[in-house]
Amino acid sequence: MSGQSRLLYGHRRATNFVILALSLCATSAGLAVLFFILYSLLRHGLPALSSDIITKMTPPPGSQGGLANAIYGSVIMTAAATAIGTPVGILTGTYLAEFSRGSRLGQAVRFVNDILLSAPSIVIGLFVYEVMVVPMGHFSAWAGTAALAIIVVPVVVRTSENMLSLVPASLREAAFALGTPQWKVVSNVVYRAAIQGMLTGVMLAVARIAGETAPLLFTALNNQFWSVDMNGAMANLPVVIFQFALSPYADWQLLAWGGALLITITILLLNILARFVAGWSSFAK
Amino acid sequence: MFALGVLVLLTAIIAALAVGSLPAFRAFGLSFVWSEAWNPVKDSFGALPAIYGTLVTSLVAMALGVPLAFGVAIFLTELCPPLLRRPIGVLIELLAAIPSIIYGIWGLFVLAPFLQQTVQPALIETLGQVPFFGMLFAGPPLGLGILTAGIILAVMVLPFMASVIRDVFLTVPPMLRESAYGMGATTAEVIRDIVIPHSRVGIVGGIMLGLGRALGETMAVTFVIGNAHRIKASLLAPGTTISATLANEFNEAVGDLYTSSLIALGLILFVITLIVLAAANYMLWRLSAREGA
Repeated sequence: MSGQSRLLYGHRRATNFVILALSLCATSAGLAVLFFILYSLLRHGLPALSSDIITKMTPPPGSQGGLANAIYGSVIMTAAATAIGTPVGILTGTYLAEFSRGSRLGQAVRFVNDILLSAPSIVIGLFVYEVMVVPMGHFSAWAGTAALAIIVVPVVVRTSENMLSLVPASLREAAFALGTPQWKVVSNVVYRAAIQGMLTGVMLAVARIAGETAPLLFTALNNQFWSVDMNGAMANLPVVIFQFALSPYADWQLLAWGGALLITITILLLNILARFVAGWSSFAK
Repeated sequence: MFALGVLVLLTAIIAALAVGSLPAFRAFGLSFVWSEAWNPVKDSFGALPAIYGTLVTSLVAMALGVPLAFGVAIFLTELCPPLLRRPIGVLIELLAAIPSIIYGIWGLFVLAPFLQQTVQPALIETLGQVPFFGMLFAGPPLGLGILTAGIILAVMVLPFMASVIRDVFLTVPPMLRESAYGMGATTAEVIRDIVIPHSRVGIVGGIMLGLGRALGETMAVTFVIGNAHRIKASLLAPGTTISATLANEFNEAVGDLYTSSLIALGLILFVITLIVLAAANYMLWRLSAREGA
């Protein structure tokens, strides 16, 4: 090897090494931030966790309290939004995967759905404010539920369509060959084969809305007291965290950290669980 | 039938926001978009500071996030031992699962003080002294501001971009890769000359998907942006974004014109993200159409 080509070779090897080292750094940086966030949450949030947090109401500044009403509100609204959004999402996903082969409408719906999937959630809050809060004249848990349901739909549409298209065509063909009508093929054969995948989608959707704050600010607002009235403003964890964290009171900030820890643990568990469920599915890779 | 609902929903969102923002546009005309005024007392509103803040924070996020996303994608496809590939991929994706309010509270109490005490003084002393370019890093280290918001956004959109880029990297036919290796190319050269050119459309689509997320991100930004309706050249100065303005002021807005101006801001934000996301999805869709053919 001549001197020059050895130099070139060394240079190429060095570039290669630098680029791969940088990519390693980037990955470690991403992981480091994840663990740093989890560490901060545990460090600040653990001291706030006691039985008070699930038994007492959100306190005025300077006194003892918990997050009971906020936790209740979050659970109720998340559950209601999931209950409303899931059927719509699954039916739309079914349409896309089973009935719209190559049609213009199917493509348009898919395109719009992908846009809604990443649309800013605060705009969805504004929308619900315009169409529900203004006509009704007051903030309400139903409006919050509606905003969350709008966020659930695209997530469920996406995953259920993907999961349905993973079902092998031979299964459908076998059912058709027995003379089964299409609706029965879909409901008895295809759904049964793709159920785990669709369950994963629903769990991911729940995880997504459990921490949503922006759409609730203008819809469900907040409530300092225990309220089960879906027509009135209702406390919910994310908005409480928002208000308490930005407040100057140390005990409110502590509660905000506690709430943040609770939400994060719930969501990460849901995500990991969803992946396990997806793993059982016979067709997902 | 429900599928039609998805289409109706998009139209309804635009229509509702347009109706809500009518009073503002009627009062200020189109100059609302480039007016710098924001004075609730005098009922005088303009969108420019918020639009500026939205674009600049997203640009900072892209400048930091795109190289990181490339790094992660390269690591996961080329460097990572197969056994670790899935766990590390999942962990990176978990970054996307953390709700934005958690990023906000972490940014406010952990990241901002850290930046204020260590990173920002260093930036001011080094880059801040460079003529002209130094304008970007002028002013006191406040901790809160456009730079902090950009950094948080970068972390938040990293998983979206990284997973799209990784997926399009994996669509490169192994034969192309192997022929390049066979000719003695190094891994870096294979990535630069084979993988990236082959998956260009998908990469741009993934980056724009990240951009669309960054533009609309609300809670995390609201915590750390500093909320000042001003346009400052310095990245260290506090600013505001459309979404942060909405989150902060909407419930306190008195008067129809104030509310309507805020809704008009929302409409502008929705239109901007709509365009970016539509472009992103179009590119990704074209890519998958090509593959299917």
